[in-house]
Amino acid sequence: MMGRETQAAAGHSAGFDEMHHAGACRAPYEIIRDWLEGLPPDFLLRKHAEAELLFRRIGVTFTVYSEGGDLERTIPFDIIPRVLDADEWAFLERGLRQRVRALNAFLVDIYNGREILRAGRIPQAPILLNASFRPEMQNFTPVHGAYTHVAGIDIVRLGPREFYVLEDNCRVPSGVSYMLENREAMTRLFPGLLGHHRVAPISHYPEELLDTLRSVAPPHCPGDPTVALLTPGIFNSAYYEHSFLADEMGIELVEGADLFIDDNIVFVRTTEGPRRVDVLYRRVDDDFLDPLTFRSDSTLGVPGLFGAYRAGNVTLANAVGTSIADDKSIYPYVPEMVRFYLGEEPLLANVPTFDCGRAEDFSYVLSHLEDLVVKEARGSGGYGMLVGPQASAAERETFAARLRARPGDYIAQPTLALSTCPTYVESGIAPRHVDLRPFVLVGKKIHIVPGGLTRVALREGSLVVNSSQGGGTKDTWVLETRC
Amino acid sequence: MRLRVHHETNYSYDSPVVATYQMLRLTPRAHDGQRVISWRVQTTHGHDLPSFIDGFGNIVHCHALNRRHKEAKILAIGEVETFAGDGIVRGAAEPMPPLFFLRNTALTMPDRAVETFAREVAGQLPPLAALHALMGTIRARIAYRTGVTDAATTAAEVLEKGCGVCQDHSHLFIAAARVLGIPARYVGGYFWPAADAEPYNAAHAWAEAFIDDLGWVSFDSTNGVCPTESHIRASVGLDYLGAAPVRGVRLGGASETLSVTVMVASIDQ
Amino acid sequence: MLSRTAESLFWLTRYIERAENVARILTVGHRTATIAHSLGNLGNEWESTLRAAGCEDGFFERFEAATSATVIAYMVFDADNPSSIYSCLEAARRNGRAVRTALTVDMWEALNQTWQQLRTLDQTSTLEHSLIDFLDWVKERSLFFNGAYTNTMLRNDAFFFTRLGTFLERADNTARLLDVKYHILLPRDEEVGGALDYYQWQAILRSVSALRSYHWIYHDRLKPWLIAELLLLRPEMPRSLRASLEQIARHLDLLADAYGGRRGECHRLAGEMYARLRFGRIEDIFPAGLHEFLGAFLTQTAQLSNEINVFYLK
Repeated sequence: MMGRETQAAAGHSAGFDEMHHAGACRAPYEIIRDWLEGLPPDFLLRKHAEAELLFRRIGVTFTVYSEGGDLERTIPFDIIPRVLDADEWAFLERGLRQRVRALNAFLVDIYNGREILRAGRIPQAPILLNASFRPEMQNFTPVHGAYTHVAGIDIVRLGPREFYVLEDNCRVPSGVSYMLENREAMTRLFPGLLGHHRVAPISHYPEELLDTLRSVAPPHCPGDPTVALLTPGIFNSAYYEHSFLADEMGIELVEGADLFIDDNIVFVRTTEGPRRVDVLYRRVDDDFLDPLTFRSDSTLGVPGLFGAYRAGNVTLANAVGTSIADDKSIYPYVPEMVRFYLGEEPLLANVPTFDCGRAEDFSYVLSHLEDLVVKEARGSGGYGMLVGPQASAAERETFAARLRARPGDYIAQPTLALSTCPTYVESGIAPRHVDLRPFVLVGKKIHIVPGGLTRVALREGSLVVNSSQGGGTKDTWVLETRC
Repeated sequence: MRLRVHHETNYSYDSPVVATYQMLRLTPRAHDGQRVISWRVQTTHGHDLPSFIDGFGNIVHCHALNRRHKEAKILAIGEVETFAGDGIVRGAAEPMPPLFFLRNTALTMPDRAVETFAREVAGQLPPLAALHALMGTIRARIAYRTGVTDAATTAAEVLEKGCGVCQDHSHLFIAAARVLGIPARYVGGYFWPAADAEPYNAAHAWAEAFIDDLGWVSFDSTNGVCPTESHIRASVGLDYLGAAPVRGVRLGGASETLSVTVMVASIDQ
Repeated sequence: MLSRTAESLFWLTRYIERAENVARILTVGHRTATIAHSLGNLGNEWESTLRAAGCEDGFFERFEAATSATVIAYMVFDADNPSSIYSCLEAARRNGRAVRTALTVDMWEALNQTWQQLRTLDQTSTLEHSLIDFLDWVKERSLFFNGAYTNTMLRNDAFFFTRLGTFLERADNTARLLDVKYHILLPRDEEVGGALDYYQWQAILRSVSALRSYHWIYHDRLKPWLIAELLLLRPEMPRSLRASLEQIARHLDLLADAYGGRRGECHRLAGEMYARLRFGRIEDIFPAGLHEFLGAFLTQTAQLSNEINVFYLK
């Protein structure tokens, strides 16, 4: 459910362990060590079962699509938190702000003057011929130049100071409800534990999100802006999150059919008659937003919505066309964006990426499949990928055939030794690979709630953290103290 | 030449429609080959329609009718002065770079047959000559016939059928040009067939292709000419869907009866 | 609030109420069938049961005869029967899920737990070994949900629509239940006839949890005339038509007040229906025909539902 695959992969599963390093417990994890040591036997087993019940009872589910009908599942929640100290977070936060500023500057530019193409810093074709580049957005700049009102930047860690961006999720990143529910669950399950340590709070995220959305209301909207969350409906895999966020923000959760356009203004049908809407936090993809502009067969959207948007009568968050910024074929150029727009060196590094559409990269990829992770440039959910070191020769051969048929659809990255964190599994506590998705809010200002969603690959040695592929989540603690 | 256009679209329904929403690309803008003297777009039910300029530089009117109706009308009326030229479009709003127009859509996606067709017609010819050859061949091979294709017919289907209308000629031309690596786009507009010719009761469509040293050059494969002062250019896009004079949806209502009247008259004295 | 939200709340409680009523009707059916059997009378209890639940048409499209096995299976777990307990609870949760932000946590948890338990149930074993326990469970879950919403929702428009769903469905169901037995209703002052009739009437009263209430109010032996009065006209009887319509009229008024006095046909119709029950007399209704009265009432209830839909929910 959590958008696109996050997979870095390691040939050798022994990555950097965030708790045990160089024969000692790292400082941020001392509180975890002390806590675990003091627990009675079976305590974790009991709490683990309690946690599962709790999530099922609250109804935190996502939907897995399969032939046997759609199933509602809960994502496994691991009860051992992941910990970052204040310094580590401060560095990450600076890096995230920088990256997201650059991404938004890129979007403003690419839909207006395209200076970065003129300057030759990014080739034209990967942008202009990319289906994610939306000509409909040309010469239109959203309020405050904010496109990625919510960005989920996937971070992997390879060492004490080594953080890499695996991918930028700029269109409709999901998962923040799990971040919030995980903390809530920790507070309920272990009231003492959180009470004894200075962990940065995150429960104000919905308020920050609402502030962000209000800050980008059309400048001439009458009175207090009305914000609503547009969902594709209850059959969407992230519907739980949509309803959760709407509820937490105290705004209406609307579907396309609840809205209509009159005189280029968006209205919602209410029991008291039509009411104007100024900002739509939409969790519907561009393609489905408006059958008059995008896919004609869409029934999830609102006919005429895009006209109201271009007229400046409604703000859509995230903006239309942001997906060009998180397209995997554009990812390799993000560090260049930081340099070009901000005149700074990027703080967060990219994972080296091979673009199979380029002949020299392609031949390298073909001859090194056993060392690489190959993914679809526009796939989602971790289905269309090859984890070279873990694949059989036959699987690699099959994948190579697909690759040869459409090389431009794929990118490849070296296998990375993702960091591990202590995780509660059947055999007890064991290290498992993790990544991190912090959520960056972009409105009039940029705001980041400390931490993010930690996803964990529960199977031993596995590097795939996607919930659809057996991944779980953890609470992520940012300590307010330095270690 | 001064041309007067009266373009009327009437919809009627067997049972009432709850609501109608439309985007109208019916408004010519000035370039070196045409000057808009007057133009208005209106619907029977509404006041002035709100509008915006889209990513291709088209003027788009937004029409929303949120009450039950059994009939709806769209009227575009105006006068445009056109100038004879060499078929090259100069001085038009050009927000998108030419390279963009190499992008294909569902309507222009070539199949093997279209690719072969394009390469065989072009041979070793330089771009401009190749495009003229394409236009000539399409005119010769794709007979003008109404009622055999519709708004969803693709370029590949047109080649296979061997007949169609101006929209189909244009899609095939665009698809073939893109096969040759030449940026091409769809143009919607109006056509005056000459005083003594049969009136042409339809909105017209043709194509433009980009040649490095010349810029955008127009090709009307239906008439086998590079557009002249008989053509009024109203919208551009990657294909018909992007440049369509009317793109709409309606809620409710059973079968629809559509009638379109286009009158283009020369008012030069 | 969103029209769609109001619509979902309205249907959410309608489905919950319907599930409960189907459970009540099946309990009666089961009881009367058992008694009839013990009295050596093989009657058509199961057909009556289908009729009371308003699903005889759908049933006979698929089955030849109404036997206890076919009717119970059809009305309990059959996912193709939109009025089965299973379908009702599924539809209730679906409506609830669609408007989760409008539900209180307690409402959602009551709804979700019910569904989670229902869908993991061993259906065959339940039908064979623990039907009555299961029907009691359905009633309990409905009472639990109604308690959750009554005690946790803000008293605003969302609550009013939720209430409307409960009472509109309840009025419909009570009328149906009574209508099934109209043919065994006896003239004024007559006591219930044979043993079978007696037990049937007793079962009906039980099905609406009103056997004790009857004795409390009338201090008399079971008389059809009085039973009809109790279920149609008595204000103190919470499942009577009058009590239901009073609630409907009241909540429509509250909605009108909340929305600045806007009123429509649904308000007029509810007022008219309520007045007829409030000022009606059983001695006038009986001679004119109870069946006719109930038939007209059911038609008006459907019309009222439609008017509410047009005025608020679309």
